[in-house]
Amino acid sequence: MNPKQITSLLKRLAWLPLLMLSGCKMVLLDPKGQVGVDEKSLIITATLLMLIVVIPVIVMTLVFAWKYRASNTKATYRPNWSHSTAIELVVWIIPCVIVAILGTITWKTTHELDPYRPLDSDVKPIEVQVVSLDWKWLFIYPEQGIATVNELAFPVDTPVNFKITSQSAMNSFFIPALGSQIYSMAGMQTKLHLIANHEGSYDGFSANLSGEGFSDMKFQAIATDEQGFNDWVSQVKANAETLDLNSYPTLAAPSKADPVRYYGSVSPILYETILMQYHNGGKHAAGHEDHAGHAGHDADAGAEMAGMPMNAAEETH
Amino acid sequence: MFGKLTLEAVPFHEPIIMITLAVVAIAGLGIFGAITYYRKWGYLWTEWLTSVDHKKIGVMYILVALIMLLRGFADAIMMRGQLAIAEGASQGYLPPEHYDQIFTAHGVIMIIFMAMPFMVGLMNIAVPLQIGARDVAFPFLNSLSFWLFVAGAILVNVSLGVGEFARTGWVAYPPLAELGYSPGVGVDYYIWALQLSGLGTLLTGVNFLVTVFKMRAPGMSWMKIPVFTWACTFTNVLIVASFPILTATLGLLSLDRYLDMHFFTNELGGNAMMYINLFWAWGHPEVYILILPAFGIFSEVISTFSGKKLFGYTSMIWASGAITVLGFVVWLHHFFTMGSGANVNAFFGVATMVIAVPTGVKLFSWLFTMFRGRVQFTTPVLWTLGFMVTFTVGGMTGVLLAVPGADYVLHNSLFLIAHFHNTIIGGAVFGYLAGFTFWFPKAFGFKLDERLGKGAFWCWITGFFVAFMPLYVLGFMGMTRRLNHYDNPMWQPYLIVAFFGAGLILCGILFQLAQLVVSLRNRESLRDVTGDPWGGRTLEWSTSSPPPFYNFAVTPSVRALDAFQDMKERGEAYLRPDHYAPIHMPKNTSAGLIIGLLGAVFGFALVWHIWWLGAVSFIGMIATFIARSYNEDVDYYVQPDEVERIENLHHANFAAPRQALNTQPVAEQI
Amino acid sequence: MSSTVMHSNHAVAHDDHEHHDTGGNTVFGFWLYLMTDCILFASVFATYAVLVNHTAGGPSGKDIFELPYVLGETALLLVSSCTYGFAMIAAHRGFKGPTLAWLAATFVLGAGFIGMELNEFHHLIAEGFGPDKSAFLSSFFTLVGMHGLHVTAGLVWMIVMMLQVCRRGLTDRNNTRLMCLSLFWHFLDIVWICVFTIVYLMGTI
Repeated sequence: MNPKQITSLLKRLAWLPLLMLSGCKMVLLDPKGQVGVDEKSLIITATLLMLIVVIPVIVMTLVFAWKYRASNTKATYRPNWSHSTAIELVVWIIPCVIVAILGTITWKTTHELDPYRPLDSDVKPIEVQVVSLDWKWLFIYPEQGIATVNELAFPVDTPVNFKITSQSAMNSFFIPALGSQIYSMAGMQTKLHLIANHEGSYDGFSANLSGEGFSDMKFQAIATDEQGFNDWVSQVKANAETLDLNSYPTLAAPSKADPVRYYGSVSPILYETILMQYHNGGKHAAGHEDHAGHAGHDADAGAEMAGMPMNAAEETH
Repeated sequence: MFGKLTLEAVPFHEPIIMITLAVVAIAGLGIFGAITYYRKWGYLWTEWLTSVDHKKIGVMYILVALIMLLRGFADAIMMRGQLAIAEGASQGYLPPEHYDQIFTAHGVIMIIFMAMPFMVGLMNIAVPLQIGARDVAFPFLNSLSFWLFVAGAILVNVSLGVGEFARTGWVAYPPLAELGYSPGVGVDYYIWALQLSGLGTLLTGVNFLVTVFKMRAPGMSWMKIPVFTWACTFTNVLIVASFPILTATLGLLSLDRYLDMHFFTNELGGNAMMYINLFWAWGHPEVYILILPAFGIFSEVISTFSGKKLFGYTSMIWASGAITVLGFVVWLHHFFTMGSGANVNAFFGVATMVIAVPTGVKLFSWLFTMFRGRVQFTTPVLWTLGFMVTFTVGGMTGVLLAVPGADYVLHNSLFLIAHFHNTIIGGAVFGYLAGFTFWFPKAFGFKLDERLGKGAFWCWITGFFVAFMPLYVLGFMGMTRRLNHYDNPMWQPYLIVAFFGAGLILCGILFQLAQLVVSLRNRESLRDVTGDPWGGRTLEWSTSSPPPFYNFAVTPSVRALDAFQDMKERGEAYLRPDHYAPIHMPKNTSAGLIIGLLGAVFGFALVWHIWWLGAVSFIGMIATFIARSYNEDVDYYVQPDEVERIENLHHANFAAPRQALNTQPVAEQI
Repeated sequence: MSSTVMHSNHAVAHDDHEHHDTGGNTVFGFWLYLMTDCILFASVFATYAVLVNHTAGGPSGKDIFELPYVLGETALLLVSSCTYGFAMIAAHRGFKGPTLAWLAATFVLGAGFIGMELNEFHHLIAEGFGPDKSAFLSSFFTLVGMHGLHVTAGLVWMIVMMLQVCRRGLTDRNNTRLMCLSLFWHFLDIVWICVFTIVYLMGTI
């Protein structure tokens, strides 16, 4: 660190008190979509519930320690007092009650916020297929027949159904302003349902280390009105580049901090091919059957292989 | 001849590494020279390196843990430094390929090579003494465990100068950790370092379970076992049940990497999710392995320094038992975002929360131990109070992360980093440092300087809050973990504050080192002649400080929980028998040391594919073990006159204060 | 002073407990170690169960297992458990010669088992069904091979025990170790029964 850097650091540090006050900079506490809103209120509810125990414990720690300090000879001293059924009942029951309440909330919200659950909305959802590559994001719009790299757009107030897979290492697909994240894994498909209720351009990135270029594996998620989205689609379509099975390997080769790229057309079987590439060519059908056979969660896709079957296998041993 | 190993494996072009290596080499030469100059090699060999005495092995564990704390902390402050400056156009001073090794090494070192040996070291020092035993069940095995652990530590540190360490994060998730994406030797260093030290830990677990099951003093029934020993016993149950899973998992990963198998690869039917499940089936119990003994230490400390029985001993034991069992059914909360069904996620979320119940009960038990007590604010008590405040916050954020709906946005964020440092520093490390101060006089015969100890505490705790509270905020600002650089200017101030927090923790560590040096210099004035410097309640305080190698001249007979306090109240402490019986003791052996060092060579050979060396060192390990099994001259009897001589010396030291100690309730002496 | 006397009496009475090499501690400790080994096998069994259908276009168990051959292997190992039992009976009676003879028989049977297993592996690899061909084959070779490595370790241990019994006779120490080896050997037998059932029987049916 040279002196120049240090001064610039200190300048930035002066900002700190201001930033501490402005909670709105915290993206998770200022969500722009329904999923994020629900998650924010869940976080707040759970925290308040726990504070019922946490604050008394911290206060009691300090008060007891001070009141019964060795120098305070006026305080009661009972060296052999070590049991009280009443106190023990209370200290078991209070945490139990709180955990029971929180557990109920957890059970309910885990089902409501399940990333796999399609959102309740009258608007027809838009489909996006997501592929994490080394080290960039590929978005395929099967209905529009276009593909983009490191830029994602969708109309506001429209549910977006993501189908997610990976070309290589495991990543996590995350747009904090909109809510949940989910892993992307090669040879497997995960799903995520999000919605944006405010227009804007939101940061998206990989939330799971995938190698050297991981830190720059970022994209923008643009939520616009219907017209804006259509304009965006036309803009992408106007691009002559095509993404098909021949050009895909070039794109998939490792690269860092890639610029946004538009593909005016995309091979309709590209996503399926990426998903099934590890299922061993000729024996495709066999692999298909196998996974559908024990996909406990959602058996609509052959390659569905979420955590569920794994856990079932774990538990039998 | 040398497999993949060439001179290019040494990173000559990395100034940071080369300077570090130079410093280490100079320090090493200095120590080597000093030992030679003072002719201490013989002493070192017979009294320490080949010792099977649990107390000395414990001290060596902690010594290595402290050295590794420095190494792990150096990694930490480099990371914080990088993130404090790497905003926008600045990429910081650490490129990703180096930075990724640093955070991986930091995690591996802090958990496996700092926290684990610190915990095992304290267990070694205190547990046999607390149960009135002369040693552990298998003293040679104990020495072997230690040297296998050292072998792992050597490998991690060798990776700094020869080759590289893993760039995968300390969890080494495939497919990133597979040969295709991590072709270097880093992951191989990771695998063999963990395998060797893991084997050592496993053997320790077995050893101490047998010790506690079979070698308790007469009269010490299950519910009279000191609470720290209970905590360690649960930890050992967890070790024995979970470490084989780690061995298997890393074994499968190495088969993938060495024999081109397909357990976790993308290709040919491998399944990386299986690794993640298996890893956390070990990894989650591992965090309870770390925290339970710390809970035990806090219990001992708070009861001793409140001059009072521990409140709700039975509840404490049951709570630890509940945590032990529940620790095995929560592993999936480490990856709610993998797409398991809502039922599965909800089950694991609720199971995780249930652990908060026994943990909460423990907190209340410590509170009510202080209630109507006489709390002395010694350093161990400060660590305990600091823990109770800090850990409560960490527990709360942990439960929050256990709610799948909240985890979907907080997973892998800096909120998570803040949470687990909150529990590991504020829980485990504070506990070990409390135990370190508490048992130091027992191990060395003199107390640690209180003023410097308190200085260390205040630096650590403020440093902790300054370093990690901003990380909680950054989690809410959407910053994810393991980033090398970022372009959000709003994050930077928080990261700079966190960097200064790390600096405060550094002050804490320096205070601690100063405390060691100053206390060593002032050891005469800090001398503990009675063996009971704190008004202790359990059997380790009934023998001299440091205890004779046989621990107890006469095996104590236990009539109550807090056995020594009971003896003092009955006026039976310090009574001497009219004659001593011969004492059966194990002899020192170099076999553990030889096998451990050969293990390090074996690991190194496999990392670099030097097959002949691997074969030779492996055969050497087996042969040493077999040779040891032929040696029948492994024990001897200490004769009564020798015991009498040692005991006379000890009792002569405190003839006068003894009577006073015996008859008065401890708290009133102060 | 009476309590002092009592203390020392305790020490005398207790003295036998403290011997570090009392057989009880060793056997209990070894039993605990076997439990950890059990978890090791359980993890690999779980892995096998997850990957058994991941044949990646390669052969499945049905295509490559030869049940009669494996039945032969199983018979060798089961009989070796019996012969080890006889060795233990002889050792308990203090008959050194018969103990050694039964141990030798056990060794031969165990070595036969390993030989057959190596032969099976060799054939599979030669036919192009090596462990690098699919996740199923990886887990098959690893599970069966790990059991085989354990048996091999048991064989090495058996040689060491035979030499030690030869040299020093049936001392307490040797008897304890024979007991531990006995636990190990029978444990491996049980694991093999699981391997045989889960891998071979369920794989062929």
